[in-house]
Amino acid sequence: MTAQLDRLSPAPAKRQVLKSVTVRFAGDSGDGVQITGGQFTNTTAIAGNDLATLPDFPAEIRAPAGTLPGVSGFQIQFSSADIHTPGDQPDVLVVFNPAALKVHLGDLAPNGLLICDTSQFDKAHLAKAGYTANPLEDGSLTKFRLFPINITEKTLAALRSLESLSTREKQRCKNFYALGMAYWLFNRPIETTLRWIEDKFKKEPDIAEANVLALKGGYAYCEMTDTFQAVAYEIPPAPTSKGTYRNLSGNQALAMGLVAASARSGLPLFYGAYPITPASDILHELARHKNFGVVTFQAEDEIAAAAATVGAAFAGSLAVTSSAGPGIALKSEAVSLAVMTELPIVIVDVQRGGPSTGLPTKTEQADLLFTLFGRHGEAPVCLLAPATPGECFQYALEACRIAVKYMTPVYLLSDGYLANGAEPWRVPAAAELPQFPVKFETNPEGFHPYKRDPKTLSRPWAIPGTPGLEHRLGGIEKREITGNVSYDPENHERMSVLRRDKVNRIAEEIPLLEVEGDKDAEILLIGWGSTYGAIRAGCELVRARGVKAAQVHLRHLHPMPKNVGALVKKYKRVLCPEMNLGQLSVLLRAEHLVDVISLNKIQGQPFKAREIAAGILNALDGKPVKQPGASGAQGEDNHEFDSGA
Amino acid sequence: MSSTAAPETPKAKLTKADFQSDQDVRWCPGCGDYAILSAAQQVFAGLGIPRQNFVMVSGIGCSSRFPYYVNTYGFHTIHGRAPAVATGIKMANPELQVWLITGDGDALSIGGNHLMHALRRNVDLKILLFNNRIYGLTKGQYSPTSEVGKVTKSTPFGSLDHPVNPISLALACEATFVARTADIYQQHLQETLKAAAAHKGSVFIEILQNCIIFNDGAFKDVTDRAIRDDKQVLLEHGRPLIFGKGHDKGLRFNGLDVEVVQLGKDGVTEKDLIVHDAYAENQTLAYLLSRVENPVPMGLFRNVTRPSFEQRAHAQVDETIKKYGKGDLDKLLKGKETWTVN
Ligand code: SF4
Repeated sequence: MTAQLDRLSPAPAKRQVLKSVTVRFAGDSGDGVQITGGQFTNTTAIAGNDLATLPDFPAEIRAPAGTLPGVSGFQIQFSSADIHTPGDQPDVLVVFNPAALKVHLGDLAPNGLLICDTSQFDKAHLAKAGYTANPLEDGSLTKFRLFPINITEKTLAALRSLESLSTREKQRCKNFYALGMAYWLFNRPIETTLRWIEDKFKKEPDIAEANVLALKGGYAYCEMTDTFQAVAYEIPPAPTSKGTYRNLSGNQALAMGLVAASARSGLPLFYGAYPITPASDILHELARHKNFGVVTFQAEDEIAAAAATVGAAFAGSLAVTSSAGPGIALKSEAVSLAVMTELPIVIVDVQRGGPSTGLPTKTEQADLLFTLFGRHGEAPVCLLAPATPGECFQYALEACRIAVKYMTPVYLLSDGYLANGAEPWRVPAAAELPQFPVKFETNPEGFHPYKRDPKTLSRPWAIPGTPGLEHRLGGIEKREITGNVSYDPENHERMSVLRRDKVNRIAEEIPLLEVEGDKDAEILLIGWGSTYGAIRAGCELVRARGVKAAQVHLRHLHPMPKNVGALVKKYKRVLCPEMNLGQLSVLLRAEHLVDVISLNKIQGQPFKAREIAAGILNALDGKPVKQPGASGAQGEDNHEFDSGA
Repeated sequence: MSSTAAPETPKAKLTKADFQSDQDVRWCPGCGDYAILSAAQQVFAGLGIPRQNFVMVSGIGCSSRFPYYVNTYGFHTIHGRAPAVATGIKMANPELQVWLITGDGDALSIGGNHLMHALRRNVDLKILLFNNRIYGLTKGQYSPTSEVGKVTKSTPFGSLDHPVNPISLALACEATFVARTADIYQQHLQETLKAAAAHKGSVFIEILQNCIIFNDGAFKDVTDRAIRDDKQVLLEHGRPLIFGKGHDKGLRFNGLDVEVVQLGKDGVTEKDLIVHDAYAENQTLAYLLSRVENPVPMGLFRNVTRPSFEQRAHAQVDETIKKYGKGDLDKLLKGKETWTVN
């Protein structure tokens, strides 16, 4: 075996050069699909391709093995050009069991490559997946290029020499065997994964060795097998601007952004959270960075996480809380307190399918109106939403900067897709990041807790421990300037208006929206958050057909950039794609009295480029744009598009 | 609230007046809260802690107006959440002396969960629970400490739920300092507050407090001068539990129970009585005593030391820095695997 492995060198066959490919791995949640996908992504990133990923987790940690709800998937599109989505449909599908085949086959592109681990295509497993006949044998897969391979058996064979491991343990290495195959198919180096295995299984050298053998085994198998020579591909690196890059997921980026904000503001970071999918990873990440002075607090519940964050802000920390789904609802009460006491906090909302428990592992954008309005009383806050996993870094910093400058709560709206999706990210130097050193109030001369800065309308931040500035905050309405308890009717109105105006002042310094796409476009697409890539790719699809489309994307949702109104009024048609039932549309219609057309998808999955493209064509044709699940007059999605590759 | 005083130049000595804010106290005349406020201000003045290092935190309820009347930093938060807010304050700055003022509804009903976790974590908070066994601010509904059958506006035919015993609860939550006192015992109250200030960790003090408007006389069976010697027993560490006007009664174990015995009767002597141990790690004795209703035990049930939560949180930060060095942002941004485009 080793003799063979030494020959592992790139490009053994004549490789067909492709511009971009979409690959999906799928299997039981115990099959290591996410690790396989993650490794493939890292290696691909380092190989210099542009990429976007879409991990798709089942809601249950371990649904019964072999069943449809237990299927876990991971999709990646990688390319030698700039790309914006994880791909509409996979060109390559790797499945580990019949259930995974059943769930994902429908998405596979015609003539796509289908690699099946046949080890579980027996009667019992087929039945569990709802197959009455074996699809590998009944001719139902002729549309695809099928590679039925008993990967599990081949893995065992590759690990024969390892006597210390049980058969079960060896079988679990099959994902690395499949990964090795995928590396060969796309001519990827295996070194990154070798390093990862070594690091990950430092304490279990047997397992490390087994995974290494499996990885190399899968690679060698393809290299030695004739049938694979016809499907050897090469995807050259994408031209990117100079710099150092790494692969980064949204949650990682967000956590790093908070650490960076702490460093650049000079404030210690306090992070109060309660475990919830898909936000927990941010807590996990931050808890590892205590040497940056980060204090993490796993609270007893969502309410306490938010309330402790308000307390930490009072005492002078850069105070951040996070949640998702129902947890966000529980934080409202504390956020209102922060509005009244004008304390800076950041609330991260990693949006997921709702209402209630909803679809905890899936993505959605349905908290926009909730975070904007979901508080009692007139309680204005600032709202930001990054558009890509990498932007989660930048906007975490921006959220903190705005919060402390304006003494206001800021919601940062991520979502399940951004949180778990990854992309190559140009690593900035710490010194180029925005700096916003915070100066607490220390001067007792003329100090009043609610005396405002005339420019920002922000009040001073005077923290306990400062001599001479002793004062009392609270949820009861404040008298203007002095901050004393006040039930005066006119004062309440003045303070309500001031709180609103203060948040609106943020618009004075945020960048105007820039239009991307055709100058003389017939239609403007306006989106926010994670739909950016799909909208851009959708515009490119219609542009290829001669349709002129333009795009703007909101990162600042409240207040919005000042030119939003002028822009949405300028175009003949305005289309607003959202992963909800039309929330930004409502805001734009209400604020600017423009007939914004909604394009909605609420399936726990991001938009595909062609869904956006079809929406554009329908909107231009004056046809109804598809509304999900709507009965009666339905928009059509009958425009055929290539998958974009 | 604007600050009235100039910055504290280390003045020889603070006085009670230094802790009085410029706000009019708005409790009902005759409310027990006044006495507690006064005792606290008196004690604060004598602690030798600079005024700016005090933070009064409260929830919602009559008692929770307390911070407005103390001329230190203060935060009147939201109903039940004060322990959580105070935890955040203390974690952000462990140097602060944080007092938490709450009531039976605030701490034991809507905020029960937060109270429990603050206590078990041993956050260094001095929690004063003003127990008047009624909701005052909302004008008289029964509370989690009201007796069964309590007739109030919300329970015209009598309340149904069994009350909770705040001391038992605090002990079950592993609180490290647990005591009971009453609004009308100025001296005992002040001593208890002083001991609380010295304790590093969660302090839980139940203060029997009279609500003259909605539940007047709730504790008169215990605290009235004429009867109180027979109706309460003072817990003193290392001392046998003796009470009664004539110092003639005591508490003795009876299996897993505690019973009242008459000294000198049936050969009972002081030697048969329970000797209080407030410093016992094991809280069984304290718990047993918390179950005694007649006489009502007053004083310190438990006082043990355990590192406080915020101390440990910051120690962990320091240890991590020692072990891995101070965080390097550039290194963090780069991560483990990068590639370079030239
Ligand atoms: S209602 Fe009762 S507790 Fe509240 S201030 Fe009046 S007397 Fe005191």
